[in-house]
Amino acid sequence: MPLELDISHLHYSQVNKILRDYIEKGEREFILRGVNGHRYLFAGISAEIKAQLYGTPGLDLGAFMRGPEIRVFGNVQDGAGNTMDEGKIVVHGMAGDVVGYAMRGGKIHIYGDVGYRVGIHMKAYMDKVPVIIIGGKAGDFLGEYMAGGIIILLGMHSIYPERPLAGLFLGTGMHGGTIYVRGKVKESYLGLGLKPYALDGEDEKILEKHLKEYCDDFGLDLSEILKEDFIKIIPYTHRPYGKLYAY
Amino acid sequence: MWNLTLRAKEISGCGIAGIIHKKGELIPGEMILKAICCQYERGNGLGAGFAAYGIYPDLADYYALHVMAQNRQALEKVEEFLQKNTYLNYQEPIPTKRVKTIKNPPLFKRYFVKPKLEEEEAEFCNLTAEDDRMVQLVMEINEKIEGAYVISSGKNMGVFKGVGFPDEIAEFFRIDEYKAFIWTAHNRFPTNTPGWWGGAHPFTILDWSIVHNGEISSYGTNRRYLELFGYKCTLLTDTEVVAYILDLLIRKHGLPLELACKAMAPPFWIEIDEMPEEERELYTALRILYGGAVLNGPFAILFAYNGGLVGLNDRVKLRPLVAASKGDLYFMASEEAAIRAICPDPEKIWAPKAGEPVIIEMEEGVIPNQKSYLKPRPVEVREDALRIGYIPPSLFSGK
Repeated sequence: MPLELDISHLHYSQVNKILRDYIEKGEREFILRGVNGHRYLFAGISAEIKAQLYGTPGLDLGAFMRGPEIRVFGNVQDGAGNTMDEGKIVVHGMAGDVVGYAMRGGKIHIYGDVGYRVGIHMKAYMDKVPVIIIGGKAGDFLGEYMAGGIIILLGMHSIYPERPLAGLFLGTGMHGGTIYVRGKVKESYLGLGLKPYALDGEDEKILEKHLKEYCDDFGLDLSEILKEDFIKIIPYTHRPYGKLYAY
Repeated sequence: MWNLTLRAKEISGCGIAGIIHKKGELIPGEMILKAICCQYERGNGLGAGFAAYGIYPDLADYYALHVMAQNRQALEKVEEFLQKNTYLNYQEPIPTKRVKTIKNPPLFKRYFVKPKLEEEEAEFCNLTAEDDRMVQLVMEINEKIEGAYVISSGKNMGVFKGVGFPDEIAEFFRIDEYKAFIWTAHNRFPTNTPGWWGGAHPFTILDWSIVHNGEISSYGTNRRYLELFGYKCTLLTDTEVVAYILDLLIRKHGLPLELACKAMAPPFWIEIDEMPEEERELYTALRILYGGAVLNGPFAILFAYNGGLVGLNDRVKLRPLVAASKGDLYFMASEEAAIRAICPDPEKIWAPKAGEPVIIEMEEGVIPNQKSYLKPRPVEVREDALRIGYIPPSLFSGK
């Protein structure tokens, strides 16, 4: 039986303390209700736990965490998954800015739109490959300074019909990792020197693997997502600004 | 007490919130307080404030001057000045309450006035001349009367601000006793300018009020630009320039609201290059003419006037802003949680695009002295407008 808590009347520091105490005692499943603006939930937790959140968690949900699987029935604010190491955040709504900032492992699945600078400074090392999948559209600077990992942008579940799939400066300064986009983006929206490429067989395998898990999370039909062609954006050099700072 | 050295800028992580009722129904003060207190950690106790519209319906035709003074003598000087330059209808101390954590607050008094005009101007009895005169008088008090500042000067509106957390300032000014059709609130975290009573937000001129999260690194440029038109920056905080830029661009130069916002947060040249010709011409002219009004640096601002509430981000969205609506109520705040704290089930909730204003104007004719700035207004060809040139009205036609 998961432990169910109503946290609406509690300050976030109390909530985090309570959660840590329960995890210490061996509790592994949580349902949190009345979540609204509580910051740093599950930040820094190293444990294989599961949690369902109802409401709008505050800034830096799951920051630095290693292991927890968090499912949010609502929207998340800025900085969700900040520097997260392992685990998963599944968001049934939309997300704010800088989601997955400097993320180094684990997964973030978002059903709807995301804000600006999502996946900024993401990185990867050996078997640690962070993945962000965005069901809606993204604001400017998606994957800025990206050093590793995978971002998949679907543009399917958006509340902004008037906006482009991804905003300006897509992948600016990226020097590692891959951004996959379902559909097309204007080349002038890409960061300096970047180009869109067609997918190869290896890419298709990676995409299908991650998208299958995404579809399972939200009860979606994979074939529907794969109906349209994807492009990929990869860095053109490992040192895009080598000449800018070193004369 | 206020012997402060002038520093040019502020870097901050403040919280902001705003509510407007499109039909002009009154919203209790508790509501805005709840929204700003949900963002408690965005401030550090060095400033908070509220702007309320619709709080003086019986004196709606008079400019309500909220004056903050260091001591009795400063207040007397203000009163002497007002006797000489205005018709004073009514005055009273702004009701306050003793709050344990607020030590040595300044004196607060409000005056309901109309400016005395030169005979020539008075003949025309025009509101523009009254507004202009009022701006001059406010500037003069702020600059010349030591220890006294006008913290708001609009009709049927007022600002309540000071040093403390939002709940403390609300208690001090008894915010729960006011009802307004527009509210904005601020929770301050100053790091680069003094946390003093005058430096708390909102900043105002006439009925423009503004709350701001961020840092305006172009403060110096903006301030010098505004000085050309007689605006004096005396409150030691960058946000002050935004209030005067709005007054200059919209009220004086007649720019439609959206375009004025685009002057402050202009599109990138690469975006302008891709626009259709007419639009490209307009934005090129705008960037050239209003270079001095461009706000550089990270910001999310909310500004209000008698008739509307507007949210605006810097053009690369370096500060958060969320908007939502339910029926005739519209909300804007730094965090979604702040909106949900007062409206758990909004019909619509969205993240505005960088540099694109969210403009919510009230329905026509629901409040006294209502203003609408959606459409371009005839440009007054006056000396100061000519000095920098103006945008030919023909360019607006495409908008």
